[in-house]
Amino acid sequence: MKSITRQKSPEDIEQGLNGFDKVFIIGCGTCTTMTKTGGIDQVAEMKDYLGELGKRVTGTTVIPTACDDMTAEALKENEKGISGADCILSMSCALGVHRMNLYLDKPIIPALDTLFIAVEDSPGYFREACAQCGQCVLGETAGICPITACHKGLINGPCGGTNDGKCEVDKEKDCAWTLIYQKLKEQNRLDLMRKYQPPRNHHIILKPRAMRF
Amino acid sequence: MASRFKEALNSGKFVITTEVAPPKGTNLEKMFHHIDLLKDKVDGMNVTDHQSSVMRFPSVGGCLAIKEQGGEPIMQMTCRDRNRMALEADLLFAYTRGIQNVLCLTGDAVPVGDHKEAKGVFDLDSLQLLKTIRQMEAGQDLGGNNLDGAVEFCAGAIVTPEAQPIEPQLIKFEKKVEAGAEFFQTQAIYDLENFSRFMDYARPFKTKILAGIVLLSSARMAKYMTENVPGIFVPQELIDELSQAPKEEMLAKGIEIAGRTIATLKKESICDGVHIMAIGREEVVPDILAAAGL
Repeated sequence: MKSITRQKSPEDIEQGLNGFDKVFIIGCGTCTTMTKTGGIDQVAEMKDYLGELGKRVTGTTVIPTACDDMTAEALKENEKGISGADCILSMSCALGVHRMNLYLDKPIIPALDTLFIAVEDSPGYFREACAQCGQCVLGETAGICPITACHKGLINGPCGGTNDGKCEVDKEKDCAWTLIYQKLKEQNRLDLMRKYQPPRNHHIILKPRAMRF
Repeated sequence: MASRFKEALNSGKFVITTEVAPPKGTNLEKMFHHIDLLKDKVDGMNVTDHQSSVMRFPSVGGCLAIKEQGGEPIMQMTCRDRNRMALEADLLFAYTRGIQNVLCLTGDAVPVGDHKEAKGVFDLDSLQLLKTIRQMEAGQDLGGNNLDGAVEFCAGAIVTPEAQPIEPQLIKFEKKVEAGAEFFQTQAIYDLENFSRFMDYARPFKTKILAGIVLLSSARMAKYMTENVPGIFVPQELIDELSQAPKEEMLAKGIEIAGRTIATLKKESICDGVHIMAIGREEVVPDILAAAGL
């Protein structure tokens, strides 16, 4: 499972740092290293870019896993550079920003947009597989999630926009319901597609969602 | 009291419906003109609901305009833009204003339209919307609360006989019939052999099937549709027939093809009626009917 990110445009990053002269840059050694959006090399490139913008970079670090509790320790090790900065530029995903925000009082500006949580289907190909809806239907849909894999999140079968197994929003995208149909047919369980699925409960757990174990 | 459209469906006659597209803006002149032109020639008029996800004057507004002119509206209702509360509320409103027919659609995806950054709702799907209507007719909303005054609609849905693979569509068709769909409007059909095979399958179900007739206004359009529009197959002979016509006679040829198709469907009692979609050329619908001998 990986958090998939994309770097904001240089203009957006410049805008985000408006009014801050001294910046400390923090990358992440896990997801954003793997997606090459916030690893050692990208942090170094960002340092150069901020130099071009006339900013002073008080230091950089790449935290092993920015979203976990070891981050407290990593921030302490970089206390000097951080204390000299006006803000932090984060090159972790938003989960890392949340973690850092627990320990730092300074503004944290994200350099990345967090797009989705993915599984790696094949090396380098990441796909959203679960929308965390709280009402898992995978047992009835041959292990393919219609909430996630169907553009409209339909649970009662395909819409009229499906064409030769592809989706109306993008000819490259598979129609989730064609995949579900094919696999249920193979499993001799097509009767599951005939079952009426009632409207979903969008408040299985009230937002903001949290749970203690 | 049953709607005029429902009476037509149940009368055993060959039913004819068509549709009007509301304007993008407040100038209703053209829509009123189309309503006037068509209202006495058909058994019902669909009003599209932000067709192809393009924002327009609302379907319910178009339906009221048809009522005002003495026509019989069929309100298209998609699940793309409204959650269940808004859909239920609009059904209550429509019923009180004399709109008695609803076509339940899931709705096109938002990114195919002209508000590409809008949120697609899809809180319900077409099937759940059908069920919702039946539940509201029994006096209850989706929250399980009693309604002070229920609704009554002739409710229908759509089916795509040329979809590939077809079986998932047929499974959904059967679910819609079970949910109480009284009629179906099909996606455009051009190959009558294929459509007859679909009708052999659909005939035993207790519902009415109106074949979708989309006017082919040029060979280019026909080619585009068969290559790009999901669930539409235009046989090569029809594309050839259109391309052999001189450019200024292509539309007339398209009208002739539509009329011929309708006449065959009626003569051979292949289905219960037709739903004619002229897509921006509503003024030629009377010509199509004339070409069909209706």
